[in-house]
Amino acid sequence: MEQLPEGFLLIVKKACPTCELIEPIIHEMSAAGLQMTIYSQDDPAFPAEFEAVLYDESLEISYDLDIETVPTLIKVLEGSEVARLVGWHREEWQAMTGISVLGSGLPEYRPGCGALNVDPGMQRELAARFGISGLAARRVEVAEISDEMETCFEKGWTDGLPVVPPTPERVLAMLKGTNRSPDEVVAVVAPNKVPCSVEKVAINAVLAGCKPEYLPVVLAAVEAACLDEFCMQGLLATTYFSAPVVIVNGPIRQAIRMNSGINALGQGNRANATIGRALQLVIRNVGGGEPGGVDRSTLGSPGKYTFCFAEDEEGSPWESFAEQNGYAPESSTVTLFPGHGIHEIFDQLSRTPESLARTIASCLLSVAHPKICMASDAVLVISPEHAAVFREAGWTKQKLLAELHNLLQRPGSELVRGVDGIAEGLPEAFADNPAIPKFKENGLMIIHAGGKAGKFSAIISGWIASGSMGSQIVTREINQ
Amino acid sequence: MDPTAELAPVERERLPRPDSLVGKTVGLLDISKARGEVFLARLGELMTADGISVRHYKKPTFARVAPLELLQQMSVEVDLVVEALAD
Repeated sequence: MEQLPEGFLLIVKKACPTCELIEPIIHEMSAAGLQMTIYSQDDPAFPAEFEAVLYDESLEISYDLDIETVPTLIKVLEGSEVARLVGWHREEWQAMTGISVLGSGLPEYRPGCGALNVDPGMQRELAARFGISGLAARRVEVAEISDEMETCFEKGWTDGLPVVPPTPERVLAMLKGTNRSPDEVVAVVAPNKVPCSVEKVAINAVLAGCKPEYLPVVLAAVEAACLDEFCMQGLLATTYFSAPVVIVNGPIRQAIRMNSGINALGQGNRANATIGRALQLVIRNVGGGEPGGVDRSTLGSPGKYTFCFAEDEEGSPWESFAEQNGYAPESSTVTLFPGHGIHEIFDQLSRTPESLARTIASCLLSVAHPKICMASDAVLVISPEHAAVFREAGWTKQKLLAELHNLLQRPGSELVRGVDGIAEGLPEAFADNPAIPKFKENGLMIIHAGGKAGKFSAIISGWIASGSMGSQIVTREINQ
Repeated sequence: MDPTAELAPVERERLPRPDSLVGKTVGLLDISKARGEVFLARLGELMTADGISVRHYKKPTFARVAPLELLQQMSVEVDLVVEALAD
């Protein structure tokens, strides 16, 4: 209700003993000349002998007023709510009504009962019926004889896998996952440069199979993907393999039960699977980025369905990736890396950090091409058994990164075009450079994740166009 | 609710009509309605006379949708299809 009736609003139901208890004082209030509007949830004849009772049979008024308990007494001035009481508390009612003797024969305090509009299942039903007006997205009618799952395919809304049909009920439930307004613009989404609202993100989160509590992560991921430095347009249009890889840090990992352990980069966890997928569906559906359209990837990669995981911070010998970048441990962040893969690092024999670092370095040389340097970035996912080798030797993350930097320097004479009978390589001008690093400064990132058993780590290779000329890794804080 | 940017209409758009049939292969689908084959045979003669290549197909019954194999076969063999719908 935009304009509330002046005076007092009282919401009651006959089945509530407290409402029955206060029936006499309703007459006291009326007799005192107070302007009153009474809404009964379950019986138009309650309170008895009161002509002005309005029967809220549909519960629309109760829904609009966000009633949780009956009785609820609301004071209205100039069309707006200025005060609200729930249950019966004599002193509070006396103060609000200004009647000092109100209910003097009644007990001092009685709690109210649950309102009908918040009965189990009812909120969702009422939200779909009365809450829909706040939503702006176009309604798409599905003929009764049509299968709604098939309709989603026919409309082109899916990544090739089935999606959850985005009914108004589901979208409204999804929007409960954030405090942000449905019409707030989250980002301008490539490639069509479309302003994308919280509501559109929520619809795509429904499609992807997200739970409402994942929505803040999806919203932050969409914001991050659309930052200029991430260059989503180019990342989508490239013939290369890469797509956004979503890495989550902070307490929200545990709150929404993300997987950072066994099979962390694989299937089976709803949050991991659907958050990454929701981001891809926003790019497809809102941004208009479809394979064969603006998405020109030669081969693509499986991560373009979804690629999202959490860091195992608790089991890590090091500060988390987010902490390393200045975020407080209690904040939750989402980091996007333009990547694909994964490429394995197999080493079951190294027991010293020096040996293991050499293994990792030799595997990292193959990112993009062994003779290409300073192009792709990479994320190194160190598993617990490998991390233990560094932990026991007291190596910090910075020491490992410095050692890898040293190991990954090679003379230009080994890297230029034509060397080893391979046409690909660096331009001839680099031939005299004695030490060319494989990665740019800060081009190598370390994340700790994986199951406790297995002396295997992983490389997530980055887009060949990295850095300021292409796509840079971006981090956003997750807000509710 | 529509998850897209709502830049396209909800209704599925018809494919663009060809400007000309020259150089195209036309499928003539007899859906087993009475005298449909007569109409299509004459259409085929006229098209052939105009130098348009023609292929004939037949649905087993008008009462059911075409078998998947037939749909797939037509989709790779011809550019467009004419079917004789009514009696």
